[in-house]
Amino acid sequence: MSTPTRTPTGAPEHLTGPGSGGVGDDAQRPDGVLKVRGEFAYGSDLWMEDMLWGVTLRSPHPYARIRSIDTSAALATPGVSAVLTSDDVPGEKVYGLELADQPVLALDVVRYQGEPVALVAADHPETARLAAARIHVDYDVLEPVTDARTALGHPTWNQVHDSTAEVTELSRESAHLHPEGNLVRHLKVRTGDPAPTADVVVVGEYEVGMQDQAFLGPEAGLAVPAEDGGVELHVATQWLHVDQKQICSALALPPEQVRLTLAGVGGAFGGREDLSMHVHACLLALRTGRPVKMSYNREESFFGHVHRHPATMRYEHGATRDGELVYVKAAIYFDGGAYASSTPAVVGNGGTMGIGPYVVPNVHVDCYGAYTNNPPCGAMRGFGSVQTAFAYESQMDALAAELGMDPVELRCRNAMEEGSATPTGQVIDSPAPVAELLRRLEAMPLPAASGDGEVDLRDMPGGVSNTTHGEGVRRGVGYAVAYKNVAFSEGYDDHSTARVRLEVVGGEPTATVHTAAAEVGQGLVTVEQQIARTELGVERVVVHPKDTSVGSAGSTSASRQTYVTGGAVKAACAKVREQVVARAERLVGRTVPDLRLAGGAVVSDSEDITVPLADLLGDDVLEETLEWRHRPTEAIDPETGQGFAHVQYAFSAHRAVVDVDTELGLVKVVEMACTQDVGKAINPQAVVGQIQGGTAQGLGLAVMEEILIKDGKVRNPSFTDYLIPTILDMPPMRIEVLEYADPHAPYGLRGVGEAPNISSGPAVLAAIRAATGLPLTRVPVRPEHITGT
Amino acid sequence: MDFLQPVTWAEALEAKAAHPDAVPIAGGTDVMVGLNFGHLRPALLLDLTRVADLRDWAVTDGAVRLGAGVSYARVISELGDRLPGLAMASRTIGSPQIRNRGTVAGNLATASPAGDAHPALLAAGAEVEVASVRGTRRIPIDDFYTGVKRNAMDGDELITAVHVVPPSGPQQYSKIGTRNAMVISVAAFGLALHPDRRAVGTGIGSAAPTPRRAPAAEEFLAGELDSSGLWESRAELPEATIARFGELVAAAAAPIDDVRGSARYRVHALSVMARRALTWAWADHRSATQEA
Ligand SMILES: Cc1cc2nc3c(=O)[nH]c(=O)nc-3n(C[C@H](O)[C@H](O)[C@H](O)COP(=O)(O)OP(=O)(O)OC[C@H]3O[C@@H](n4cnc5c(N)ncnc54)[C@H](O)[C@@H]3O)c2cc1C
Repeated sequence: MSTPTRTPTGAPEHLTGPGSGGVGDDAQRPDGVLKVRGEFAYGSDLWMEDMLWGVTLRSPHPYARIRSIDTSAALATPGVSAVLTSDDVPGEKVYGLELADQPVLALDVVRYQGEPVALVAADHPETARLAAARIHVDYDVLEPVTDARTALGHPTWNQVHDSTAEVTELSRESAHLHPEGNLVRHLKVRTGDPAPTADVVVVGEYEVGMQDQAFLGPEAGLAVPAEDGGVELHVATQWLHVDQKQICSALALPPEQVRLTLAGVGGAFGGREDLSMHVHACLLALRTGRPVKMSYNREESFFGHVHRHPATMRYEHGATRDGELVYVKAAIYFDGGAYASSTPAVVGNGGTMGIGPYVVPNVHVDCYGAYTNNPPCGAMRGFGSVQTAFAYESQMDALAAELGMDPVELRCRNAMEEGSATPTGQVIDSPAPVAELLRRLEAMPLPAASGDGEVDLRDMPGGVSNTTHGEGVRRGVGYAVAYKNVAFSEGYDDHSTARVRLEVVGGEPTATVHTAAAEVGQGLVTVEQQIARTELGVERVVVHPKDTSVGSAGSTSASRQTYVTGGAVKAACAKVREQVVARAERLVGRTVPDLRLAGGAVVSDSEDITVPLADLLGDDVLEETLEWRHRPTEAIDPETGQGFAHVQYAFSAHRAVVDVDTELGLVKVVEMACTQDVGKAINPQAVVGQIQGGTAQGLGLAVMEEILIKDGKVRNPSFTDYLIPTILDMPPMRIEVLEYADPHAPYGLRGVGEAPNISSGPAVLAAIRAATGLPLTRVPVRPEHITGT
Repeated sequence: MDFLQPVTWAEALEAKAAHPDAVPIAGGTDVMVGLNFGHLRPALLLDLTRVADLRDWAVTDGAVRLGAGVSYARVISELGDRLPGLAMASRTIGSPQIRNRGTVAGNLATASPAGDAHPALLAAGAEVEVASVRGTRRIPIDDFYTGVKRNAMDGDELITAVHVVPPSGPQQYSKIGTRNAMVISVAAFGLALHPDRRAVGTGIGSAAPTPRRAPAAEEFLAGELDSSGLWESRAELPEATIARFGELVAAAAAPIDDVRGSARYRVHALSVMARRALTWAWADHRSATQEA
């Protein structure tokens, strides 16, 4: 085990090696300057001279039967080139990431407000919008199903002490929204004694509202019809190849004729894993023979992508008097909304990791994903783990209170470590420093108490809105720790492809890295450059545009790209390096065991050999393409949930310090501290950025971010009322990055992006509870929850 | 959509008279949002930003005459001493970008119950100067708000300026939002103590169909201050007086439940804000005497 390195307050010098731009350095982003200057071209900036604009007509109803659609008035609008409905979809009319259940354009039924019904292409976006408003859709409006448990016919919980955590009867199921019923997935974890007893038992019910990814660059793309009858799509997305597969199926075209290139992506967080305008723009382009641009505005974006699953959860924890966990029972309900999207995998995470990073001998978890007529929910950073962490960490605090024990002590006592078994029977075979993460947080100094000296309103709950000068303000401190699987799980063939080329350009050895891995703002392009620099000993590394002319890189999600695409780039570089070394040995005329690439040359440490790559390669181009896989995972047992489900875990912990105006219910988060084990920080600055961003997003869910839905309709589809944290809401951070290598991963690295998003919110919630003394079982916490009004 | 860009006030008024449907645009921070969302599709925009006369403020007859084109940023930096309540309200508005563009006149014309200038103007007893080719009139702020997002202006009128008398006593402004900056108010409260007139001014935001005062609270407090000689003695305010004032402010509200907050919370928050604002204002009033 390597010694951990530490970074204080977001300044990662301690992690940084000599600044050659290789692995471990704070290498500069290739797109950084353009982005800071506002010169970077995002999907919404795509432009062609003769392009048309496509718009989508969406259902105003959460649930309705379509009796008829009359497009004649829209088609007759001057400037309109095409109006399409589901009749115009040439291939499969439904698509989906895991289950193909979502219509490209509504068939006979719409199942959520905002479901796409028809498309218009016109020479001006305003014309297209006006024409779309002229499409007459005759709806037979139906009563929507808007609650996951109601959809499944499960009784609602109204009494915390009714001890039926297990729900089996499906007697009062609502009308089926899909032919197979309303259950998308039911995951069971069963281990140990099925009827355990314990000295101390705490039961709690928790609720997490629907969070939006709130990426700043709404969905956009440009489809260009090609001469071969195919289409080229430039699109801001997270996973080019899964898009390609679904587009091909809808268009009835082979992959050679559907070519995708990544457009500039303004954030993703899971919200671009599903298709949005992809097939629509292609359909319009193929119909009109013209390039078609589609670009959502903010309001449409709220209807154009999946959200984080809202969850209702009931937990029962049993422990000995001295604080050893005996059992956990949990029933977890995810509202998947109208279509499956990635609900099965979200249920997979929620269920398998639903009790947190603790060792518990007896576990009984039921995790459900249901169809309702709410907006479809799918991937979002933290993916099924964010919701359960609020519940299991709240339970740990409740248990600590019941036992009269310190909450950190209780957690450390039951913390997983290397060699522990998870509830799914998986033995953790790499470092799992759960207790250390918490202890390090505890050891950090606490921020000064508020109200010391002159009042600066910006430090007060409410900020310059001047609601308190200290009146009613109470401080609270809360801790939370979480873990999350990295990469795809449960037996998924999770691979990436990298093509690496080495050649001499203008006298300088130059590597080109070509992958289809989407850069969504996280900095993978930098990581690709760093790995090639380290592996090939060259300075100049070009990142080829991301497209489907190279094999799949898998999704930019599940904290996996640095691991999996990084692994692929590393392996492809190694193969190129083998070729280079072989050439060098041919040149030297013998085998030299320690030849390596550095400073643009092949060198040996034991002998005085330096062969510049420029000389060695001449005009030759060395290129290698390979597919790379992490070690396989396996499907879990459907009855017990047992199995080697996850390839790697990421661990992080947070301490939140909050000031709460207890009379007005307003919260100021004073400081967030985070400890995270990243195995190896490939780019320390980017690691710290991920921790800061993940923390902010978790804080947002704890105190403000929620898509409010009433009767299946979204009430706040804009940034006017869907609030995300500002600089006055997100406090300064203390960050300690640990580097305990995972021996199974390239460079020992661990995926970074999601873990801090999971532990941050529960820590904030715990701190608010500590400040107010209230149970607070729902997030986001609203002022009303604190004031009781 | 067409665009008119008068450079003199007379031209602006003529344009408005000729095209009563033209939508004036000042900072554009309401108008552009309306255009983006498609809620507003005017045939004609009337850009007032080129009219130099609107951009200034001056003190005339003891009152600040705030030109319709003066931004919140300037209210904060240039008028913090003369119009403290309005400056405090301005500080809570949007972000630096919004405060650089947005104007009090724009807030008035929109007349949203959540507009932050209103409670401060109500508490201060402002007057709105409006003009048309027919002439100029001053509308007392109490008569300005006529309904949800409606005001007392006629179709051919434009706002020229707002008149606010600099206070003889302390002012406060508080606003509840569910984040610590850049947020629309869930409830807001403005308070002005007028020792010269022995009067109290209040303003409530986001808690009724229009911004409104809390007259019973004003009369109660002014009465208490008078009868106990507190204006002069500047003694501590009895807790019961502060509490009663809070109750009366809350009682003046008629809020609804919406995405931003519940009616019950708004009522509760108003009583808390009113109590705190009075406590702070009274402390200022008391310390003013020590300085004097
Ligand atoms: C991100 C954001 C945050 C915001 N935050 C807040 C906030 O915290 N608090 C708040 O109160 N508001 C807020 N607003 C709303 C807006 O900034 C204010 O209402 C502002 O005062 C509008 O002023 P303006 O000059 O930009 O008006 P404009 O948008 O130019 O116009 C607003 C209205 O006034 C009319 N108008 C403008 N000038 C005149 C005139 N001289 N005579 C007659 N009619 C006129 C226009 O026709 C229009 O109806 C926010 C807006 C945005 C976009």
